Amino acid sequence: MTGGLHRVLLVDLARHRSWVEDRGRLFAERLGGAGVAIELLHEHCPEGCDPMAPENPIVVAVGPLTSLYPLASKTVAMFKSPHTGNLGESHCGGRSAMALRLAGYGAMVVLGRSPTPVYISVDADGVRFRDARTLWGMSSSLTAGRVMLEREGGAGHRTVLRIGPAGENLVTYASVTVETYRHFGRLGMGTVMGSKNLKGIVIAGDGDMPVADRGAYQKTYRDLYTRAVRSPAMRKYYELGTPENLGPLSAMGALPVRNLQSTGYGAEPPLEGETLAREHLGRRLACSHCPTACIHLAALREPHPEAPYFYKTTFVSYDYEPLYALGTMLGVERPTDALHLLDAAEHLGLDAMSAGVALAWATEAFERGLLDESVTEGLRPAWGDARGYAAMLGRIARRTGRFYTRLGEGVDAAAAAYGGADYALAFGRLEMPGYHTGPGAHLTHLTGARHSHLDSAGYAIDQQDMKAGQPRSPGELARALLTEEARRQVLSSLVICFFARGLYNADTCVACLSAVEEKWQWDELMALGEDILRRKHAFKAREGFDFDALRIPARTLEAPTPLGTLSEETLREATSEAQRLLASGERFSRE
Amino acid sequence: MGKRLRVVDVERCVDCLLCAFACARRFGGGGLAKSAIAVRSVGGMERGFVVVVCRACEDPPCQAVCPVGAIRKVEVGVRVDAERCIGCGMCVEACAIGAVQWDVAERKPVICVHCGLCAQFCPHGVLAHEEV
Repeated sequence: MTGGLHRVLLVDLARHRSWVEDRGRLFAERLGGAGVAIELLHEHCPEGCDPMAPENPIVVAVGPLTSLYPLASKTVAMFKSPHTGNLGESHCGGRSAMALRLAGYGAMVVLGRSPTPVYISVDADGVRFRDARTLWGMSSSLTAGRVMLEREGGAGHRTVLRIGPAGENLVTYASVTVETYRHFGRLGMGTVMGSKNLKGIVIAGDGDMPVADRGAYQKTYRDLYTRAVRSPAMRKYYELGTPENLGPLSAMGALPVRNLQSTGYGAEPPLEGETLAREHLGRRLACSHCPTACIHLAALREPHPEAPYFYKTTFVSYDYEPLYALGTMLGVERPTDALHLLDAAEHLGLDAMSAGVALAWATEAFERGLLDESVTEGLRPAWGDARGYAAMLGRIARRTGRFYTRLGEGVDAAAAAYGGADYALAFGRLEMPGYHTGPGAHLTHLTGARHSHLDSAGYAIDQQDMKAGQPRSPGELARALLTEEARRQVLSSLVICFFARGLYNADTCVACLSAVEEKWQWDELMALGEDILRRKHAFKAREGFDFDALRIPARTLEAPTPLGTLSEETLREATSEAQRLLASGERFSRE
Repeated sequence: MGKRLRVVDVERCVDCLLCAFACARRFGGGGLAKSAIAVRSVGGMERGFVVVVCRACEDPPCQAVCPVGAIRKVEVGVRVDAERCIGCGMCVEACAIGAVQWDVAERKPVICVHCGLCAQFCPHGVLAHEEV
């Protein structure tokens, strides 16, 4: 196995010790990434454990293609989610995957709770535990990250993961910021770090990765690279980045606006990719080993609130999902206002998506008189009021008082305390992503192992059905979604960025593995993908997940989609079929 | 005359490191340990990057300081005689722009040979392999 992939680094924060275990067989059988991470989660996470207890592990894993091929640029994290109380899984790029692999590890498992705040510094020689008491309580996650990098200095290619105030204060959807502009965003990995008194993780690596079949490796690499830079499939991410979706989704009436009270702004939404690029794009960046450079940074120039002739220019990374959640969902229509909120979420270390949806629920609840100023501590949430929303984000991250504490536990918790469940937009307790394209999208949110739009991308199936002019039956929909989710288990075990899913087709995956002496057939990979998915659901069932108990917010059934108004019956039928296919053990993905 | 590697448009650098990975593949493998080209941020990624690579000096300081004559000037750039090199690292110190990289495992310098492979894999036109 090339480049130390079989080595798993274990870190015990309670005793400030670390050791390496050789897990060659695990990686040989489960590839890496998601396939390995779910096994390590089963091993290390005790059944029924409190997600904020020291026993909850954080697992991060890379795969056999990491640092060998372009676009194999992601790290998979798994933990028990403090937000949903069930499977937590999040993927991140930046330099994280490269640094871990070149430091000579395939995975890392962080255990226990440190008696005092620490950050850890990881390299090929192991782990050093650094005092982080001075960094604890800093108002910005970005400052803490810079300090850690400066203190560690040294050689090698480095990544820095850290939490902000939201993670320290145990907001259940606290994110982890990586390299300033990338994130383990969803499901509260930042919360688990906070509960462990772990402020950050610096990883440095510059290792060598010899390859057995050099000729095959060079050829496979060159073919893949050529396709990657020429492919129209990558162009969308290359030019405008993911915000390109704003225009088309708005035009088709699938863009959630003001807590899904509306489904778009017509053909020319106030926030859209072209204008953002023209007016605000300040620089583009790439994750390590990715030619696409989808990371778009806006240069936000703002005057000092009081002192004349003082300005600051902040660089804010913007993507479709945060612009939906902190923009359209809140009726925030001025690009600079939306960027300001994205920046606030970044400093505070909040998942922009859950935070935005929580604020959208609060605004509607306030509008309807369910909440008043005595509850909201004097703030009046109102559509489009970015300044007000920024103040609320700060209170969520600091957990001031009862109301903001509930908002910091998500819309399900907030609606349980204050009402308004019909328009509390969450699936499986995770706040909704920005797609109201049809039944496929919401079935992904319902049936996906992590309730993320990325699990099986039902919005793409909806768009296929729009073109075909005919929706599929609930049974066909369930099978199509699970097949896609199984395929994505292969990609997230290799570990490939999902944006490159069009490039890494069956032949490419097999050829890439073959050139580094991992012999797999595509059919075997798909069987493994299904099995990984079932292992995730086994974890979910163990932790009390119940398909029948899934809540479908009434608002999603009221707001029309481009494929018509959704029926609860259809969604329930497809969900039951997905549950049946997963439980049956039959191969559902045969083409 | 031979060809020389040049950084021609650093504003388009996105820190993807495809150049550095390409350089390491000269030796057949992955990773970055044997890469002769480095990308560094200019005080934060949002400010942009510098791409550090051998400038093929007329009078190379790395050659001048080598105590055992292991670095020899060639038509474009220099070559390192690994057999003769004693791993003292003086060449690293001598290069004002930091273009002599260091292979930690082998304890030997890694210096660009101006083969141009990195330029072939730069997706954004930052590097060019040009006639001297």
